[in-house]
Amino acid sequence: MLKYFDAIRTLISVAIALVIAFLIIAMISEQPLETISIFLLGPISTTAQIGNVVEMSIPLMFTGLSVVLLFRSGLFNLGAEGLFYISGVIAAIIAIYASMNSFIHPVVAILGGSTVGALLSAIPGIMKAKWNAEVLVTSLMFNSILSGIGLYILNYHLRDAAAFANVSYKFQETARLANLIPGTRIHTGLILVLCCIVATHYFMYHTRWGYELRMTGSNRAFAEFSGIKTARVIITVHLIAGFLAGMGGAVEVLGMYSRFQWSSLPGYGLDGALVALLAKNNPLSVVGAALFLAYIRIGADQMSIMSDVPAELISIIQAIIILLISAEQFLKMWKNRQLLKEAEKLG
Amino acid sequence: MRRIPFNSIRPPSLGWRGAKGRTVMRQNVLEMRNITKVYQNGVTANRNVDFSLREGEIHALAGENGAGKSTLMKILFGMEAPSDGEIRLRGEGMRFQTPQDAIEKGIGMVHQHFMLVPSFTVAENMVLGMEPKRGLGIHYEEAVRMTQELSDKYQLTVDPRAKVESLSVGMKQKVEILKALLRGAKILILDEPTAVLTPQETEELFKQLLVLKQEGHTIVFISHKLKEVKAICDRITIMRSGTSAGVFDMADVTEQEISRLMVGRDVVLKYDKAESFYGPPVLDVQGLTYVNALDKKALNDIRLSIRTGEIVGIAGVEGNGQAELVKALTGGLGGRVKGSAKVNGSELISLDMRSIRELGISYVPEDRMSQGAAKEESISDNIISTRYRSRDWNKGLFLKGKSIVRLAEKLIEEFKVRCSGPAQPIGMLSGGNMQKVIVARECSTDPILLIAEQPTRGVDIGAAQLVHKKLLEMRDQNCAILLISADLNEIMELSDTLYVMYGGELVAAFDKPSEVTEEELGLYMLGLKKQQGEHTGRGVTSDAQVL
Repeated sequence: MLKYFDAIRTLISVAIALVIAFLIIAMISEQPLETISIFLLGPISTTAQIGNVVEMSIPLMFTGLSVVLLFRSGLFNLGAEGLFYISGVIAAIIAIYASMNSFIHPVVAILGGSTVGALLSAIPGIMKAKWNAEVLVTSLMFNSILSGIGLYILNYHLRDAAAFANVSYKFQETARLANLIPGTRIHTGLILVLCCIVATHYFMYHTRWGYELRMTGSNRAFAEFSGIKTARVIITVHLIAGFLAGMGGAVEVLGMYSRFQWSSLPGYGLDGALVALLAKNNPLSVVGAALFLAYIRIGADQMSIMSDVPAELISIIQAIIILLISAEQFLKMWKNRQLLKEAEKLG
Repeated sequence: MRRIPFNSIRPPSLGWRGAKGRTVMRQNVLEMRNITKVYQNGVTANRNVDFSLREGEIHALAGENGAGKSTLMKILFGMEAPSDGEIRLRGEGMRFQTPQDAIEKGIGMVHQHFMLVPSFTVAENMVLGMEPKRGLGIHYEEAVRMTQELSDKYQLTVDPRAKVESLSVGMKQKVEILKALLRGAKILILDEPTAVLTPQETEELFKQLLVLKQEGHTIVFISHKLKEVKAICDRITIMRSGTSAGVFDMADVTEQEISRLMVGRDVVLKYDKAESFYGPPVLDVQGLTYVNALDKKALNDIRLSIRTGEIVGIAGVEGNGQAELVKALTGGLGGRVKGSAKVNGSELISLDMRSIRELGISYVPEDRMSQGAAKEESISDNIISTRYRSRDWNKGLFLKGKSIVRLAEKLIEEFKVRCSGPAQPIGMLSGGNMQKVIVARECSTDPILLIAEQPTRGVDIGAAQLVHKKLLEMRDQNCAILLISADLNEIMELSDTLYVMYGGELVAAFDKPSEVTEEELGLYMLGLKKQQGEHTGRGVTSDAQVL
């Protein structure tokens, strides 16, 4: 039982959050049962809805994976948000202005976005490694900076005056990601992100670099003592995490849109932190965590369209989950009793 | 040997209220019953422990390191909550949430690591949190007067106006005891008070404890040094692996019996050392000098060499430069050190840890929690931390998972590490088993020089013996070993050559450490004695000259 304590606690947290959500629905909805069933079953009612869940989970998986790497190396970095955004802008530039065939074009655009993401991400990494600048602060600052720069590029260089909204010129058709499943908008980005997740899993548990990352995150003094150059590890982790977050931004832009249209930070980076929290910093669990988050969001969207409960309910659910998972004391009594039992068994 | 069952020393009725004076020696002032404590990591530190104190006695709490003595006392002092059991003080049920609650009820504790503010004076430390006020400020003269008064009353001589950072360890301990007394402590818990003291200071402490006893205070004396326990205590509670192994009147038990109850076998700290065959010097330290941030010479012209197949021990009271010496040799002080330290001819001062390890140096650190292990990671991950870069354990970027698990299994068996397997997080292990893993890691990479810093601190005797035997085995396989330890027994028994460090200098060298007495070492360790002339780090005999 103890072995699965963290997993059980996560599931119970999720269950409690859902129960509270149902209670709120019961209080404010005219037809509570119908509303709950829309919320729960809406996302799997049609192929298109299932498609919505999957396509929404793709960017969440990218940013979640990026944040897992950072958290696992002991860095509380929330910079995936800004990197996701700016890399989307870079991918959009390549998608609009470059001319290539339809295989090379998205590859170049995605690699362009990822590379820029990696390089920008290295800045807080270097600041942490060299001067011990707190990454939570620097990464949040960078989100503001990158959002400003992205908005400037959109407004002054990419904006299509002929369009009615604040959006860019149309992407070249060659740059768009291919559709994977007809009847949905699920694109080839899904294959890419699943490959990234498996690769990250192998990287983390079966390679020297991943080993260095885990040891540095678990106890930096110990890593140093063992001869691991932790400053280098921190910079490497930032490069990889930035690359993944950037890839997420580029893939999302090329897979879902025909113009660049984010005039503010889209929020996927911070959601990535939530995914990492739910996944307990385990790369493979990112898939389930991202799908779950996408599922309840689509459910909430459906609910707001088809019933009298607003979609903002989702914020309450998320807040409760975060609160319960991050509250160390939650279920500690239960754990203590288990410990006592186990100890007695051993005699 | 007569064992007194716990029941016979229980007071006749629970409604009994504390009697004044020492005449009522039969009465229990404090009872802890059925105490069980299981820590978050699953370690059971106490299992159904009963413990009682009679008014005005000095009560020894003895047991190996890790037997649960400290935990039991932390529970009594409100630092840890018991998982089960009850505490009754003068018949009244107690539930201490914080040390503050315990202090209010007249319980004081002097920790192994002192809790004093170094930059404050003795008087300021004394009144911390209960300052006598004059207007808005602190009435400093009143604090000095209070300190002086208490110091006179209990014959614990301290200078109230001295800064704590300038005091010796023994003096700091006195301040800690006075602090507890000032807060009205009637029951005083001393956690291994003699661990940091020289033999002379220990004797002085004992005299003061007897004064306290005469004044009607009850003292808990936590120790695993049987001679001391025997010398000063009235009764003894013996702890063994988390349980109470019995309560005895001191007159009724011999040291041998106590030792047998503590470990379940007679403690033997005698090893059959093979004759030494020294080879060429491996480590050669010349003129090593380091001036620390306080402008003090923490290391002063250290000269030292270690040959293959030789264990060089460095004894000394902590804080006399041993830590700095180790740091200098393991890259912790960077380029701020003057002098040279060569391993087989290569200079290692100003190298970083990785390059130092690549020279073939292994290091068992003093602090296993912060430096020696990554607690949340598995045993096998902790074992390969110093060797995963080698081709034996990786194929390019990828680690050889199966070989690593096999290595971990082999070492777990060889070092008798009690665990569920290589995948268990190392933080779940007890201190002794964790230390075994660390020693296993450092010894299994065929080092040419092993630096062992307090390698058996805080581990049980079984683990300590295993570590000692491993060190001797390494020596016989021609490894050069630098052993730094505050445990005189260990260092005298293992070392081939023994140095004493005091005030950043090597003040004495002995070629036959086992023939030196603890008392004589104490004189050097305290700086009362110093060997004359150039000690070149080699060839100084034990006919020392007294200053």
